[in-house]
Amino acid sequence: MALRGNLRDFTITQLLNLINLAGKTGTLILDGPSEQAHVAFRDGKLAYARIGREDGSLASVLHKANKINVNQYRAITDRAGQMTDKELGLLLINAGYVTQEDILLNLQGYFTELVRKLFTWVEGIFRFENEMLPPDDRINVKLDLENIIIEGSRQLRELEQLQDEIPSLDMALKFTDRPLTNVNLSVDEWKVVKFVDPKNTMRQIASTNKLSELDVRRIVYGLLQAGLVELARPVGSTPPSNPKQFPVQDKEEQKSLINKLIGRIRTM
Amino acid sequence: MQTVKMVVTGPFSAGKTQFIQSVSEIDVVATERKISSDEERSVKSARTVAMDFGRITVDEDLVLYLFGTPGQKRFDFMWEILSEGMLGFIVMVDSTRPETFREARSILETFRAYAPTPFVVAANKQDVEEAWDLEDVRHALRLDENTKLLPCVATDRETVKTVLLELLYSILKEMDSGK
Repeated sequence: MALRGNLRDFTITQLLNLINLAGKTGTLILDGPSEQAHVAFRDGKLAYARIGREDGSLASVLHKANKINVNQYRAITDRAGQMTDKELGLLLINAGYVTQEDILLNLQGYFTELVRKLFTWVEGIFRFENEMLPPDDRINVKLDLENIIIEGSRQLRELEQLQDEIPSLDMALKFTDRPLTNVNLSVDEWKVVKFVDPKNTMRQIASTNKLSELDVRRIVYGLLQAGLVELARPVGSTPPSNPKQFPVQDKEEQKSLINKLIGRIRTM
Repeated sequence: MQTVKMVVTGPFSAGKTQFIQSVSEIDVVATERKISSDEERSVKSARTVAMDFGRITVDEDLVLYLFGTPGQKRFDFMWEILSEGMLGFIVMVDSTRPETFREARSILETFRAYAPTPFVVAANKQDVEEAWDLEDVRHALRLDENTKLLPCVATDRETVKTVLLELLYSILKEMDSGK
């Protein structure tokens, strides 16, 4: 039976553990909240990863890691044309721009970072395609999954605790009376603080700032703990109705009913 | 026959079933199962898996039902169903188990999101020496000063009555304020 299911029932960490233990080869395809991810494995080890339309070419990875400068990056993308990453890698090594170790370490770091992002995906569908091998034109790595799984489990525990604290990202934030002075905030914290307004839900703030659910929960939790903000119902959202709360519609009759309850309980 | 309902919620083993038992005129219809996990077994011997159900008859035309929710998060799909149409709710917290306070706060937030009805917080086991002081519980649960936090002993009918009455007073006050 094909390995497929819902991330709600089976987390990324559990999937990686299974792939690791079973020594699987193939590609895990995840349909997340807004993007699709492909993570390829060979004999239970991470070989390749890609999320959405992100440019994961060797040139892009080396440029982001400052292994090649912007001019070299432009020259490669202009001239390399149809060259595969493997061919490009050989060319760069032979030309003395990078070493083989540089290429492998940077690709490993890049793929690991992509998998880390997946740990924040709690909603989505997954399937494992045994027949879909890592792409031939890209350089594959051979990365043990154990450390990634341990890190993922740690993040998952943190996410679960934060979900207990902040059950829904569809709530908004508002400032408390405490003044926001002499507070040292990080860049990401400022990004969130900038949008604190009962008009904005936390989900909107996360999306605007391109923060993951885990990141926005972590930041909001800190702000809540410091007493700088509090949760608020978003402006314009209608409070959920509470149907048939009273068996009678008339306000006076409703009050009379409550008074009857009070009288009864007092005399118990 | 007119019926109204209140919900008693809170973390696992906060005393919800006992609270309802103390005032219900019928034996509480409890759907309990033996505890299977070691961690839970160390706290109590049976857990509520669907709901507790108690009744207080006011007169021949009016009955108040008390519903107790299962405490564990894995049964939270029941919460929204139970909260439908409630007059208000009571969040029970065991004052001697600070490790459950965070969960109590989360449950409180969840129920507030389900329905904007009045609620009170009952700090159970206030008769036990290790119980946290009410003010400390208030800070730990991050309750503002307008939220009623009431001392309670779930086995003591009088304190249970007080909690129910305070919730009813809050409901009346809200009706008067026209919210």
